Amino acid sequence: MGSEIASASLEHVELVLITLVIAAVLGLPAAVLILRRARWRRFVVGFVNIAQTVPSLAMFGFLLPLPLVGGIGKRTAIVALTLYALLPIVRNTLVGLLGVDAGVRESAEAMGMTERQILWQVELPLATPSIVTGFRLATVATIGTATIAAAIGGGGLGVFIFRGIAMYDKSMVLAGAVPAAAMAIAADEVLGFIERRLAAR
Amino acid sequence: MAAILEISDLSCRLDGREVLRHIDLTVEEGETVALLGRSGSGKTTLLRCVNGLVPTVAGEIRFQGKRLAAWDRIAMRRRMGYVIQEGGLFPHWTVAANVGLVPRLEGRPEPEIRGRVNQLLESVGLPPDEFGERYPRQLSGGQRQRVGIARALAADPPLLLLDEPFAALDPVTRFDLQRQFVELRRSFRKAALFVTHDVREALQVGSRIVLLRDGAVDLAASPEEFRKTENEEARVFLKAAGMETDGL
Repeated sequence: MGSEIASASLEHVELVLITLVIAAVLGLPAAVLILRRARWRRFVVGFVNIAQTVPSLAMFGFLLPLPLVGGIGKRTAIVALTLYALLPIVRNTLVGLLGVDAGVRESAEAMGMTERQILWQVELPLATPSIVTGFRLATVATIGTATIAAAIGGGGLGVFIFRGIAMYDKSMVLAGAVPAAAMAIAADEVLGFIERRLAAR
Repeated sequence: MAAILEISDLSCRLDGREVLRHIDLTVEEGETVALLGRSGSGKTTLLRCVNGLVPTVAGEIRFQGKRLAAWDRIAMRRRMGYVIQEGGLFPHWTVAANVGLVPRLEGRPEPEIRGRVNQLLESVGLPPDEFGERYPRQLSGGQRQRVGIARALAADPPLLLLDEPFAALDPVTRFDLQRQFVELRRSFRKAALFVTHDVREALQVGSRIVLLRDGAVDLAASPEEFRKTENEEARVFLKAAGMETDGL
């Protein structure tokens, strides 16, 4: 049982990490691209907001019959998890970038920095604490939601939870829930620490 | 004397409102033109037209004899020092890094930048050994504005644009910085366009005063002329500052 929990935990971590990497690769550039395009911003934020409101079990259900992204297995799970992780990442990146002091931005522009220099040397560094907050929220949420991935064959710690529910076995449920919760708390602490360090600068 | 900045018949609209109307203004080498006016008189907008932060609708601006449209915008801005009321420094950069911004953007060699930064910090009264590695939030408001001025001077620009740089300071610090600014202006011989709503400040720092009213130039005068003028708006400013002279 112990080794089973270990390998399920590993699988869980894998699901979460892949999800976060994809969400970051999509979310960060998306936030930067829509930063100065108000109409696109409403559209994209609206989309990720709506994605967030779909109950996770239903989301997995919706994705199942779709070609390419659907089907039984990890891929579908990762697609669904990514859709959820996008919201905190996109939103917090935007909040951070838009929150840069207007005077700082104006000076940067007036001193002759190019848009690219302003983005990389001023806006992104100043938005970093907020971006890390987005990652922390996305990580904690993904660790929790990933347990549901087991419903569509995604594996991970959710396997024990679903098996425990089916078998009416409380300790089986706990074998999945406790490591998942511990993982979420640990991730929250570590990223929270980084966040505080960055904010203090 | 050569004109650094020539503005002729400039008009500007913002959000459908006519903010500037037929402005004529010249800034010669080495002189500070104080742009005085009430809130909403268009003085900040005029400043922003000069460095292209705000588009103009009609008229012409020439900087160093060349039309604004003919300049590469980035290159032009690096030749215009810019200081705003507050918040202009990059909070995540040290004082030295802030001051060295434009020379670094211009790709000057590091040792030269360091020397220039030290010299400038020294000349605004902030010893580089003590202040160079601090962050803006570790400075007082007055010190931050000094850094802002040092940064504006760093690339040795022919023109300085200042938007109420001392307005947020306490009266004592403000007076101190105004005096220091006049000295700096003399030693660096820069042309400057200095926006202010404070008539005392305008008289103190300006070699010429241009009074804006509802987006148009109401009066252009030397400080001496300004004190004695019968221009209605100027009298309002002088009176509000308790500076109205007898017999008028």
